[in-house]
Formats: sequence, structure tokens, C-alpha cells
Amino acid sequence: MKRLFALCLIVLAGGCSSIEPWVSPFERNHLADPIMSFNKAPVSSSYLHHVYQAREGARGAEGGSGGGCGCN
Amino acid sequence: MHAVLRADPEAVVAVTRSAIFIALCLTVYGVQAAVLPEDRADFLYHGYDGDGLEVNGPSILVRKSMKDKVSVWANYYVDMISSASIDVVTTASEYSEERQQTSVGVDYLHGKTFMGLSWTNSEEDDYTADTVAFGISQDFFGDLTTLGISYAVGRDEVRRNGDTLFEEHTDRQNFRVDLTQVITKNFVLNLNYEGVTDEGFLNNPYRQVRYLDTNEARGYAYQSELYPRTRTSSAFAVRGLYYLPYRAAIKGEARTFSDSWGISAYNVEVGYTHPFDNGLTLEAKYRYYDQSAADFYSDLFPFQSAQNFLARDKELSSFTTHTVGGGASYEFKPTWIPFIEKAEVSLFGDFIAFRYDDFRDVRVTDVAPGEEPMFEFDGWVVRAFISFWY
Repeated sequence: MKRLFALCLIVLAGGCSSIEPWVSPFERNHLADPIMSFNKAPVSSSYLHHVYQAREGARGAEGGSGGGCGCN
Repeated sequence: MHAVLRADPEAVVAVTRSAIFIALCLTVYGVQAAVLPEDRADFLYHGYDGDGLEVNGPSILVRKSMKDKVSVWANYYVDMISSASIDVVTTASEYSEERQQTSVGVDYLHGKTFMGLSWTNSEEDDYTADTVAFGISQDFFGDLTTLGISYAVGRDEVRRNGDTLFEEHTDRQNFRVDLTQVITKNFVLNLNYEGVTDEGFLNNPYRQVRYLDTNEARGYAYQSELYPRTRTSSAFAVRGLYYLPYRAAIKGEARTFSDSWGISAYNVEVGYTHPFDNGLTLEAKYRYYDQSAADFYSDLFPFQSAQNFLARDKELSSFTTHTVGGGASYEFKPTWIPFIEKAEVSLFGDFIAFRYDDFRDVRVTDVAPGEEPMFEFDGWVVRAFISFWY
């Protein structure tokens, strides 16, 4: 039982260590390209969501969140 | 002169209307990576034409940051509606009206934490909606992960033209979680969950259901629809963006939906974006949507007040849509305006085919009730806009 507890502690401690980014900042030029944005034109995508929502029963999770380029 | 009874603007169920405002409110500022959005202004003309319904108008979105810490934005949106949809021509008469929506918001960036607060008001002659939304997001793991949550609360006032005594209210809450994850240097993934709860008057004060009635020459009669006073829904979406070797991007989306009214839905979408060196960018997409009907929906009830809740709103029926869209954007430097860094003109169009499985076209009168052909129609959506970055 003690060994199991120790093993859990090791695993949990390992989870606290910092995670090295697997995509370096200098490798993110593709991700920073405007074509890689989930919401390139907010005013247009908002309107299109409105069109869908007005005519469909589903609602929510339409997107519009920012891209994940991690370039800043 | 219009009939006293009208169908709803945009052939929309009232129940979805405020949810739209809240969802758009969340969408406008959404969950951002820990960087303020760009300073930009967008001037858009939108148009929709389908099922005898025409909706068009402007939308203006302006955003300005201050000291790289705060960004404020405002949006003014107008729907000018002229409706002769199937609901209108079969139970009322043609009408025109206007909806104005105003939104303002402020975003604040502190380190890798992004916060946004916004307020939206929508006004029609028979409907008022106010929504407040708040969102916060944080970057993790070397800025490869962005996690955000958003909450919105709204209160609507529902009125009925021609009936000054009628006034109802609806309270709504939206809760949303966003996770955006960089997978590789060419691939980014977004997971999105949104829960919505409604309480209050959720049906349309004008819309009616039909039931069999042998006393009527046509074989059926109409009565007002009646919805439950609560609704809870969940939607979950997965989106991906992949950068192709020759500078182009492909997009994919899958979304599922279910609610306490028995509606289940899903949609899938694929898109392709191809920029050229001269500033031109072309886009194309295809979207498929499928939903089942609400438990209390029927195209034709067997008799009057056949059950506790009654709906014959085609947005609550079983149907599918196919959407094919595309467009072009052209980026240029407007040298004649000194403080503008760049500008872009865009034109997008979407063709949507609606195919209903249990909503019949009652304009066809030479058959027995319940034997009419299923309704279907095609719609066009146009967005033309110009954007300035400064």
C-alpha cells in the first residue's frame, strides 16, 4: 500500500513539472498566418451564425473563438 | 393593412431569438488568446432571400485598443425584414418590420489573462432583449493552450402587436467553455461546449398549429401553439485548422446538439482557404446539418388541444440543410487615408437547401390533410464588407 502511495506521489509530482512547448516560437509562423484564424472576419461570421440560429433548432458552440497561434 | 396575427420575423421561433443575441454576444468577443484583438473597423451589408422572406441591412463593428491593455468595441446591426414566408401566407398576411441591435464591450488584458465584458440590446416593435456577457481566458503551456469560459445572462420582453395587454418575459443563461490547442506547427484544434437554459415565455405569440377538424371545409383548423416554459440545451463542437504545404488552409468542424425538448442535431463542415500573393484570398466551404423534431412537434394534430404542448414551427421539425458557400477577399493599402495600415474588401455568398421531413406545404390544397407534399426551399445569403485596420 505504501509503495502504491509513493507511486501516486511520484506520478502527481511529475504532473507538476513544467511542460516544454513542443512547437517553438520560431516554428509558429504558419499558425500566425491570418488564414489560420477560426474567426478571421468577426462581423461576417457573427451574421452567418445568426442566419443558422434563426432557422435551425440547434444553438450554442458556434465558434468564433480566437485562434490558437500562441504567437504573442 | 396587415393581419393582426403575424408570423414571426425571419420565420424565426421566438424561443431562439434571444438565444441568438446571447450567442452572438459571446461570439463577438468570444475567447481570445492572450493578446488584444486588432484595431479594426468593419462595414458589412448582409442579405438573405429564401421562402418569401427577405432580410437585409448593415452591420458596423468598430474596435480600438488603448495602451495594449484595454480594447473597446461597438457593433450596430440592423435587420430590415419583408416576409411572405409559408407561415405568413398560410396563417397571416405579408408584413415588414425592422430590428436594431446595439452592442458595446470592453476587453482587458493582464499578462496572459484576457477578460471581456459586453452588453447587447435588441429592439423590435414587439420584442426587446438585453444581454450581459462576461468571459475570461488564459494561455498555458508555452502559449500552446488557451482555455476560456464565458457566461451570459439575458432578459427578454415579449409583446404582441394588436394586443396591448399581452406582455411576457424570458430569462436566459449561457455558459460556454473554449479550449484551443496547438497540436503541431501546422495544426490547431478547438473544442467548444455551450450550455443554455431558458425560462419563461418561449413560444411565438403569433404562430399556430393545425389539427384535424371535419367542420372545416379544408379538413383542419388552427389554434395557438403552446411550448414548455423551460428549455435546457447542450452543444459540443470540435474544429480544426490545418496549414497546407503551399500556403493554404483547410478547416473542419463537427458539432452535436441536444435539448430537453427532444431535439437532437449535428452538423459537419469543411472549408478551404487559398491566398494569393497579390492580396486576393479565395474561400469555399460545404456544410451539412441534420436535426430531429421536438417531442411536442406535429405537422397535423389529431384534434384540438391534443396534448399539453403543441408546436408546428418548422424550426422544431425534422429536417436537413445543405450549404455551399464561397467568396473572395482582396487586401490592399489605401494610401489616400494616412492612418489606415491596410484594408480589405470581401464578398461572400452561401446557397442553403432546406429539406423538411415532417413539415408539409399546406399551400397545396387539392389533397387530404396530412397528404400535402413535404415543404422545401432554397435560400441565399450574401455578405459584402470592407474592413480597415489602423
